[in-house]
Amino acid sequence: MGDTRVIAAICRRDVLIGAGAAAAVLGLAKVAGAADPSKATPQSPLEQALDKILGDAKPQPGKITVELPEIAENGNTVPYAIAIDSPMTEADHIKAVHVLASANPLPNVASFHFTPLSGRAYVSSRMRLAKTQEVVILAELSTAKFIVARRSVKVTIGGCGG
Amino acid sequence: MSLRPRVKLPETIKPGEIIEIKTLISHIMETGQRKDKDGASIPRRIINAFRATFEGREVFRAELHPGTSANPYIVFTMKVERSGELALTWTEDGDTITVEKVSLKVVA
Repeated sequence: MGDTRVIAAICRRDVLIGAGAAAAVLGLAKVAGAADPSKATPQSPLEQALDKILGDAKPQPGKITVELPEIAENGNTVPYAIAIDSPMTEADHIKAVHVLASANPLPNVASFHFTPLSGRAYVSSRMRLAKTQEVVILAELSTAKFIVARRSVKVTIGGCGG
Repeated sequence: MSLRPRVKLPETIKPGEIIEIKTLISHIMETGQRKDKDGASIPRRIINAFRATFEGREVFRAELHPGTSANPYIVFTMKVERSGELALTWTEDGDTITVEKVSLKVVA
Protein backbone atom coordinates (compact mmCIF):
# COMPACT_ATOMS: atom_id res chain seq x y z
CA MET A 1 0.00 0.00 0.00
CA GLY A 2 3.09 2.27 -0.04
CA ASP A 3 2.27 3.30 -3.61
CA THR A 4 -1.19 4.38 -2.65
CA ARG A 5 0.17 6.76 -0.09
CA VAL A 6 2.53 8.33 -2.65
CA ILE A 7 -0.34 8.82 -5.07
CA ALA A 8 -2.50 10.25 -2.33
CA ALA A 9 0.22 12.74 -1.44
CA ILE A 10 0.51 13.85 -5.04
CA CYS A 11 -3.23 14.16 -5.28
CA ARG A 12 -3.45 16.40 -2.27
CA ARG A 13 -1.02 18.79 -3.93
CA ASP A 14 -2.98 18.58 -7.18
CA VAL A 15 -6.11 19.65 -5.41
CA LEU A 16 -4.36 22.80 -4.34
CA ILE A 17 -3.20 23.47 -7.89
CA GLY A 18 -6.64 23.66 -9.40
CA ALA A 19 -10.16 22.44 -9.67
CA GLY A 20 -9.30 20.60 -12.86
CA ALA A 21 -7.13 18.28 -10.85
CA ALA A 22 -10.10 17.11 -8.84
CA ALA A 23 -11.21 14.79 -11.62
CA ALA A 24 -7.70 13.37 -11.77
CA VAL A 25 -7.77 12.77 -8.03
CA LEU A 26 -10.90 10.66 -8.35
CA GLY A 27 -9.41 8.81 -11.31
CA LEU A 28 -6.20 8.04 -9.45
CA ALA A 29 -8.06 6.95 -6.36
CA LYS A 30 -9.79 4.30 -8.43
CA VAL A 31 -6.57 3.17 -10.11
CA ALA A 32 -4.97 2.99 -6.68
CA GLY A 33 -7.31 0.13 -5.94
CA ALA A 34 -10.30 1.49 -4.05
CA ALA A 35 -12.26 -1.77 -4.19
CA ASP A 36 -15.68 -0.12 -4.09
CA PRO A 37 -16.06 3.12 -6.05
CA SER A 38 -18.94 4.20 -3.82
CA LYS A 39 -16.45 4.36 -0.94
CA ALA A 40 -14.56 7.12 -2.77
CA THR A 41 -17.19 9.70 -1.87
CA PRO A 42 -18.36 10.08 1.71
CA GLN A 43 -21.84 8.70 2.26
CA SER A 44 -24.70 10.95 3.28
CA PRO A 45 -26.35 10.19 6.64
CA LEU A 46 -29.33 8.79 4.70
CA GLU A 47 -27.12 6.45 2.66
CA GLN A 48 -25.41 5.24 5.81
CA ALA A 49 -28.74 4.58 7.49
CA LEU A 50 -30.09 2.77 4.40
CA ASP A 51 -26.93 0.63 4.14
CA LYS A 52 -27.27 -0.38 7.78
CA ILE A 53 -30.83 -1.61 7.21
CA LEU A 54 -30.37 -3.12 3.76
CA GLY A 55 -26.93 -4.71 3.92
CA ASP A 56 -26.47 -6.12 0.42
CA ALA A 57 -30.20 -6.23 -0.37
CA LYS A 58 -31.55 -4.09 -3.21
CA PRO A 59 -35.03 -2.69 -2.52
CA GLN A 60 -37.63 -2.90 -5.29
CA PRO A 61 -40.43 -0.38 -5.73
CA GLY A 62 -43.49 -1.96 -4.18
CA LYS A 63 -47.05 -1.28 -3.15
CA ILE A 64 -46.91 0.51 0.17
CA THR A 65 -49.89 2.61 1.20
CA VAL A 66 -48.54 5.76 2.81
CA GLU A 67 -50.66 8.42 4.45
CA LEU A 68 -48.51 11.48 4.85
CA PRO A 69 -49.44 15.14 4.34
CA GLU A 70 -48.04 16.77 1.18
CA ILE A 71 -47.66 19.97 3.17
CA ALA A 72 -46.81 19.81 6.88
CA GLU A 73 -47.34 23.07 8.71
CA ASN A 74 -45.41 21.93 11.77
CA GLY A 75 -42.31 19.79 11.23
CA ASN A 76 -42.25 18.87 14.91
CA THR A 77 -45.15 16.53 14.53
CA VAL A 78 -46.03 15.13 11.13
CA PRO A 79 -48.60 12.33 11.32
CA TYR A 80 -48.20 9.27 9.10
CA ALA A 81 -49.70 5.86 8.54
CA ILE A 82 -48.23 2.97 6.60
CA ALA A 83 -50.04 -0.15 5.42
CA ILE A 84 -48.94 -3.03 3.19
CA ASP A 85 -51.16 -5.82 1.88
CA SER A 86 -49.93 -9.11 3.27
CA PRO A 87 -51.51 -12.38 4.40
CA MET A 88 -49.44 -12.02 7.61
CA THR A 89 -48.93 -15.77 7.96
CA GLU A 90 -45.84 -17.40 9.43
CA ALA A 91 -44.59 -18.16 5.90
CA ASP A 92 -45.52 -14.86 4.26
CA HIS A 93 -45.62 -11.67 6.26
CA ILE A 94 -44.14 -8.21 6.48
CA LYS A 95 -41.35 -8.41 9.04
CA ALA A 96 -40.58 -4.75 9.44
CA VAL A 97 -41.15 -1.23 8.19
CA HIS A 98 -38.38 1.34 8.45
CA VAL A 99 -39.09 5.07 8.19
CA LEU A 100 -36.31 7.49 7.24
CA ALA A 101 -36.32 11.25 6.75
CA SER A 102 -33.74 11.98 4.03
CA ALA A 103 -32.78 15.52 5.11
CA ASN A 104 -32.98 15.25 8.90
CA PRO A 105 -29.59 15.53 10.68
CA LEU A 106 -30.39 12.04 12.03
CA PRO A 107 -32.40 10.35 9.27
CA ASN A 108 -33.76 7.41 11.28
CA VAL A 109 -37.33 7.99 12.44
CA ALA A 110 -38.46 4.54 13.56
CA SER A 111 -38.42 0.85 12.72
CA PHE A 112 -41.55 -1.22 13.33
CA HIS A 113 -41.48 -5.01 13.61
CA PHE A 114 -44.57 -7.09 12.91
CA THR A 115 -45.49 -10.70 13.63
CA PRO A 116 -48.32 -12.93 12.35
CA LEU A 117 -50.11 -11.91 15.59
CA SER A 118 -50.17 -8.35 14.24
CA GLY A 119 -52.88 -9.46 11.81
CA ARG A 120 -52.06 -6.61 9.44
CA ALA A 121 -48.93 -4.77 8.44
CA TYR A 122 -50.13 -1.40 9.64
CA VAL A 123 -48.64 1.31 11.80
CA SER A 124 -49.35 4.94 12.47
CA SER A 125 -47.18 7.44 14.33
CA ARG A 126 -45.76 10.96 14.15
CA MET A 127 -42.37 12.12 12.89
CA ARG A 128 -40.15 15.17 13.03
CA LEU A 129 -39.07 16.74 9.76
CA ALA A 130 -36.33 19.38 9.89
CA LYS A 131 -37.28 20.85 6.51
CA THR A 132 -38.95 20.09 3.18
CA GLN A 133 -37.72 16.68 2.11
CA GLU A 134 -38.35 13.15 0.93
CA VAL A 135 -39.45 10.46 3.37
CA VAL A 136 -38.22 6.95 2.57
CA ILE A 137 -40.24 3.92 3.68
CA LEU A 138 -38.61 0.49 3.47
CA ALA A 139 -40.60 -2.66 4.09
CA GLU A 140 -38.82 -5.90 4.89
CA LEU A 141 -40.60 -9.08 3.75
CA SER A 142 -40.35 -12.46 5.50
CA THR A 143 -38.59 -13.64 2.31
CA ALA A 144 -35.76 -11.20 3.18
CA LYS A 145 -36.70 -8.97 0.21
CA PHE A 146 -37.21 -5.23 0.59
CA ILE A 147 -39.67 -2.90 -1.06
CA VAL A 148 -39.39 0.86 -0.98
CA ALA A 149 -41.66 3.90 -1.31
CA ARG A 150 -40.74 7.58 -1.27
CA ARG A 151 -42.92 10.60 -0.51
CA SER A 152 -42.11 14.30 -0.58
CA VAL A 153 -43.32 16.50 2.23
CA LYS A 154 -43.20 20.30 2.11
CA VAL A 155 -42.49 21.58 5.62
CA THR A 156 -43.57 25.12 6.53
CA ILE A 157 -41.97 25.30 10.01
CA GLY A 158 -39.09 22.88 10.56
CA GLY A 159 -38.91 20.44 13.44
CA CYS A 160 -35.93 18.90 15.23
CA GLY A 161 -35.42 22.06 17.31
CA GLY A 162 -33.46 23.88 14.56
CA MET B 1 -40.13 12.27 35.46
CA SER B 2 -43.12 10.03 35.54
CA LEU B 3 -44.27 8.68 32.24
CA ARG B 4 -47.98 8.44 31.77
CA PRO B 5 -48.94 6.00 29.08
CA ARG B 6 -52.41 5.99 27.60
CA VAL B 7 -53.91 3.07 25.70
CA LYS B 8 -57.12 2.99 23.72
CA LEU B 9 -58.80 -0.27 22.74
CA PRO B 10 -62.07 -1.02 20.96
CA GLU B 11 -64.99 -1.49 23.33
CA THR B 12 -65.86 -4.95 22.07
CA ILE B 13 -63.66 -7.58 20.46
CA LYS B 14 -64.97 -10.53 18.46
CA PRO B 15 -62.94 -13.76 18.14
CA GLY B 16 -60.46 -13.49 15.28
CA GLU B 17 -60.99 -9.75 14.93
CA ILE B 18 -58.05 -7.55 13.97
CA ILE B 19 -58.18 -4.63 16.38
CA GLU B 20 -56.38 -1.29 16.39
CA ILE B 21 -54.48 -0.40 19.57
CA LYS B 22 -53.68 3.28 20.06
CA THR B 23 -50.89 4.20 22.47
CA LEU B 24 -49.46 7.50 23.65
CA ILE B 25 -46.81 8.24 26.25
CA SER B 26 -45.78 11.67 27.54
CA HIS B 27 -42.10 12.17 26.82
CA ILE B 28 -39.97 15.06 25.58
CA MET B 29 -37.96 12.85 23.13
CA GLU B 30 -34.88 15.08 23.47
CA THR B 31 -32.92 14.52 20.26
CA GLY B 32 -29.40 15.29 21.50
CA GLN B 33 -29.08 17.78 18.62
CA ARG B 34 -30.34 20.83 20.49
CA LYS B 35 -28.25 23.33 22.43
CA ASP B 36 -29.23 25.25 25.54
CA LYS B 37 -29.00 29.06 25.74
CA ASP B 38 -25.31 28.84 26.72
CA GLY B 39 -24.53 26.78 23.63
CA ALA B 40 -24.01 23.50 25.48
CA SER B 41 -25.49 20.37 23.94
CA ILE B 42 -28.61 19.06 25.63
CA PRO B 43 -28.03 15.33 26.06
CA ARG B 44 -30.22 12.90 24.17
CA ARG B 45 -33.05 11.33 26.11
CA ILE B 46 -35.70 9.46 24.17
CA ILE B 47 -37.98 6.49 24.42
CA ASN B 48 -35.93 4.16 22.23
CA ALA B 49 -38.13 1.09 22.19
CA PHE B 50 -41.73 -0.01 22.45
CA ARG B 51 -42.96 -3.59 22.62
CA ALA B 52 -46.34 -5.27 22.82
CA THR B 53 -46.67 -8.88 23.97
CA PHE B 54 -49.79 -11.00 24.40
CA GLU B 55 -49.43 -13.79 26.98
CA GLY B 56 -45.66 -13.69 26.44
CA ARG B 57 -45.76 -13.72 22.62
CA GLU B 58 -44.55 -10.71 20.73
CA VAL B 59 -47.26 -8.91 18.75
CA PHE B 60 -45.44 -5.76 17.65
CA ARG B 61 -42.20 -3.97 18.41
CA ALA B 62 -40.75 -0.58 17.52
CA GLU B 63 -37.32 0.99 17.67
CA LEU B 64 -37.70 4.72 17.99
CA HIS B 65 -35.10 7.27 16.94
CA PRO B 66 -34.82 11.04 17.50
CA GLY B 67 -36.90 11.54 14.33
CA THR B 68 -39.97 10.37 16.24
CA SER B 69 -42.01 13.27 17.66
CA ALA B 70 -42.30 14.13 21.35
CA ASN B 71 -45.03 12.23 23.22
CA PRO B 72 -44.67 9.16 20.98
CA TYR B 73 -48.00 8.09 19.54
CA ILE B 74 -48.06 4.60 18.06
CA VAL B 75 -51.01 2.80 16.56
CA PHE B 76 -50.64 -0.88 15.69
CA THR B 77 -52.93 -3.83 15.07
CA MET B 78 -53.43 -7.24 16.62
CA LYS B 79 -55.40 -10.31 15.62
CA VAL B 80 -57.20 -11.37 18.79
CA GLU B 81 -58.29 -15.03 18.95
CA ARG B 82 -58.99 -15.22 22.68
CA SER B 83 -59.12 -13.14 25.84
CA GLY B 84 -55.88 -12.43 27.64
CA GLU B 85 -53.44 -9.82 28.84
CA LEU B 86 -51.58 -7.47 26.53
CA ALA B 87 -48.40 -6.02 28.04
CA LEU B 88 -47.03 -2.78 26.61
CA THR B 89 -43.48 -1.74 27.44
CA TRP B 90 -41.75 1.56 26.73
CA THR B 91 -37.97 1.71 27.26
CA GLU B 92 -36.27 5.06 27.83
CA ASP B 93 -32.55 5.81 27.30
CA GLY B 94 -30.84 4.56 30.44
CA ASP B 95 -33.16 1.53 30.38
CA THR B 96 -35.95 2.96 32.49
CA ILE B 97 -38.98 0.84 31.68
CA THR B 98 -42.66 1.76 31.82
CA VAL B 99 -45.12 -1.13 31.62
CA GLU B 100 -48.86 -0.93 31.07
CA LYS B 101 -51.00 -4.06 31.12
CA VAL B 102 -54.43 -4.15 29.53
CA SER B 103 -56.84 -7.05 29.38
CA LEU B 104 -58.44 -7.98 26.09
CA LYS B 105 -61.87 -9.49 26.50
CA VAL B 106 -63.17 -11.42 23.54
CA VAL B 107 -66.95 -11.73 23.32
CA ALA B 108 -68.39 -14.07 20.71
